[in-house]
Amino acid sequence: MGFMNLFKHFLSDGWGVHPDDHKRPAADAPVRIMPVPTKLYLPLQQHLGGPARPVVLVGQKVKKGEIIAEAQGMVSAPIHAPTSGTIVAVTEVTAPHPSGLTLPAIILESDGADEWCELRGCNDPFALEPAEIGKRVAAAGVVGLGGAAFPSAVKLIGASRAQVTTLVINGGECEPYLSCDDRLMRDAAAGIVDGIRIMLHATGAQIALVGIEDNKPEAIATMAAATADFPQVQVRPVPARYPMGSEKQLIQVLTGIEVPADGRPADIGVVVHNVGTALAVRVAVREGKPLISRLVTVNGACASAPGNIEVRVGTLAEEVIAYAGGLKGEGLGLARRVMGGPMMGMQIPHWRVPVVKGTSGILALDAGEVAEQEPNPCIRCGSCVKACPMGLLPLEMSARIRSEAFDEAIDLGLKDCIACGCCAYVCPSRIPLVQYFVHAKGELAAQDRAKLRTEATKKLAQQRQERLEREAREKAEAAARRKAEREAAAKATAATAETQGASA
Amino acid sequence: MNTAPFTAQPVASPHAHGGNSVTRTMFRVQLALVPATLYGFWLFGWPAFFLWLLTILACLGFEALSLKCMGSGRIKATLHDGSALLTGWLLAMTLPPWAPWWVAVVGGFIAIVIGKQVFGGIGQNVFNPAMVARVALLVSFPVPLTQWVTPLPMTHLAAPDFVDGLRIFLGSLPQPDAIASASLLGFTKTEMSRGIDLIHSLGGEHAPALSWIGARSGSFGESASLLVLAGGVYLLLCRIITWHAPAAVLAGLAIPSAIGHAVDPAHYLSVETHLLSGAAVLGAFFIATDYVTSPNTGAGQIVFGLGIGLLTWVIRTFGGYPEGMAFAILLMNALTPVIDRFAKPRILGRDRKGKALDVPQTKGA
Repeated sequence: MGFMNLFKHFLSDGWGVHPDDHKRPAADAPVRIMPVPTKLYLPLQQHLGGPARPVVLVGQKVKKGEIIAEAQGMVSAPIHAPTSGTIVAVTEVTAPHPSGLTLPAIILESDGADEWCELRGCNDPFALEPAEIGKRVAAAGVVGLGGAAFPSAVKLIGASRAQVTTLVINGGECEPYLSCDDRLMRDAAAGIVDGIRIMLHATGAQIALVGIEDNKPEAIATMAAATADFPQVQVRPVPARYPMGSEKQLIQVLTGIEVPADGRPADIGVVVHNVGTALAVRVAVREGKPLISRLVTVNGACASAPGNIEVRVGTLAEEVIAYAGGLKGEGLGLARRVMGGPMMGMQIPHWRVPVVKGTSGILALDAGEVAEQEPNPCIRCGSCVKACPMGLLPLEMSARIRSEAFDEAIDLGLKDCIACGCCAYVCPSRIPLVQYFVHAKGELAAQDRAKLRTEATKKLAQQRQERLEREAREKAEAAARRKAEREAAAKATAATAETQGASA
Repeated sequence: MNTAPFTAQPVASPHAHGGNSVTRTMFRVQLALVPATLYGFWLFGWPAFFLWLLTILACLGFEALSLKCMGSGRIKATLHDGSALLTGWLLAMTLPPWAPWWVAVVGGFIAIVIGKQVFGGIGQNVFNPAMVARVALLVSFPVPLTQWVTPLPMTHLAAPDFVDGLRIFLGSLPQPDAIASASLLGFTKTEMSRGIDLIHSLGGEHAPALSWIGARSGSFGESASLLVLAGGVYLLLCRIITWHAPAAVLAGLAIPSAIGHAVDPAHYLSVETHLLSGAAVLGAFFIATDYVTSPNTGAGQIVFGLGIGLLTWVIRTFGGYPEGMAFAILLMNALTPVIDRFAKPRILGRDRKGKALDVPQTKGA
């Protein structure tokens, strides 16, 4: 077995990439708290799932923390007023999306008082029923703060139903440049651990494993100190390697279990939450405060004063950057604006895009960092194969997608792709591989929709055909019946006449 | 093919890059070839230098010509990637050091036009272009391709000077008979065919010597196994190549030759002879690791390399040609798509066949 393991070790060079993390000095700068801007732009869809539905009217005065849009559907999250003020519009704003398309949003004008609405906290969350914690987390609009923004309550309740055994807390923060989770763990370790314990209670899991990349020794130290009294919460340093913070990879590294391709972590008894989410859960349950602000890393070579800033949800990136110290040289060297991390974040067309619940970073990258170059042909070097954390063949998939053989790309595992960007990061030919995969996934979704539509049309046409046939048949039958009746009547008359004639 | 969505400004992540490029990769490989090449110049003199230079120029020229004929707008960028230069360089390394000028030109034409551009250019060729050219030359012009010379270092008195070297290269000055020689593999093959077994042929005083530093007759760049090996190790260290293919090639050659030599030393050459002769080391580290024509995964590269090693040994031992590396590589190149089909990495959360792993049903639902 020893030999086999050695052999295996040589066979697999290890997935992922080791990008320059660019986390310092931003990670070491103390958190700055940004004052409330005059106007907040709150998109109704800040989470995965159905958009929230506004429950306020234009001109209505709201207090800080008051619900302004309610959850809609099974997977959704409500949105709360990040400050007190007046609703000035329900309209469309540019969303944090590379297309630059607009999303419906509520615009709130601050009254400067920043006055809380009435809050319903809880001094002993461990006395609450797990389901009640789920309800409170849902009501507070807490979503995954790692970036995907999946409604946390849905996960907590689902985990409790699936009877998970292990709670994995993601403190990996493997994306370069970002340090908001790192900062949170250094500054609010006690609150995070409290949140983790509440989550353990809510899910029924026995143990919580906090995975932190070993490039954050300060966070590991403070978290280890904060968990010292709670043996059920364990800090586990993991190697710094991108994408360590990806759900499936982190689960495998921490527990040694693989999530089945068509399953969810809950199927193998695991649920994953981000450290920031843990803190938001604590605040939601203990203090009754909804999720209305978050830590955002402002970074990139063009940012004058990189650092972490506590920002109200709905603040424009423009204002965050201005508060953080602006851009170097009035933004002259700016090559790309990114929301999120450089590996999976999205390019935004301009800075007038609001921070949403899932925004972990605002990056002002210069040309050197983006390193954009014209793509060359693939030389089949296999770097992407070695880097892919999912064990896919990006070069083969992209070749299939180029020739629009989407089915073959699916056979190669297109749907297992997590769009982490490792392949494109290492590609010597600079092929925008992720772009291919995103394009193919979009194309497939469009095909599925078109298929549904054709099927629906076909069904309608078929129904119409059946109806027409039925009507024709019925008409014919009715005509035949009437004819038969007429003939019978005529016969009867004739017979009567005959009998009458005979009798006459 | 619809390329419109991809030529537009890329908006998808990632917004960073590791910094690797095709040019850089090719440059590193060329760097790794420098020691063996310089040593080759010293060993075989000016004719070898002219051969090297013209082979590379021919490859670059034919690359530019093909691109121009195809109406490509990226001639400069494509030449800049360094792949045609590398093909020419590798081809020159495998040629007899005093081969005449037209060998270089014809070789460049076959390598670039027939071996690469006909398939669609960089990344599309099934066979290694340098090996295609080498084999086509060997089959078409066996005489100039098997005329080896004894090493005659540049500092040696009898070594041709610049002008004489040029004249030998251009064919206006005949090769002095005294320095003609046979390679060890060729010599033993000939002797075997005359019924003289290895013990007697290698024991004889005419037997070509074999040395690690390459002071023996052979192709211009591949005789100094130690220097070629050093280049290979450099490529391993800077992660241009992985250990899979080279190790497998050498193992595939060493294992059967060890068995054969142990059974009958009179008919089977020793491991050392096999590994140090001909293109073994160059092929293992520089040709079998060609990105385009080798499998994508480590497991696939091991199968590929073992196949090359084994076929080389078979051809050398039982075939009509004394050296079989180029043939073995071309044969395994043809198998690469098949190997790639079977040696796929396992997708996380799926089994080897691509079926999703079972969801454990142990917990009460």
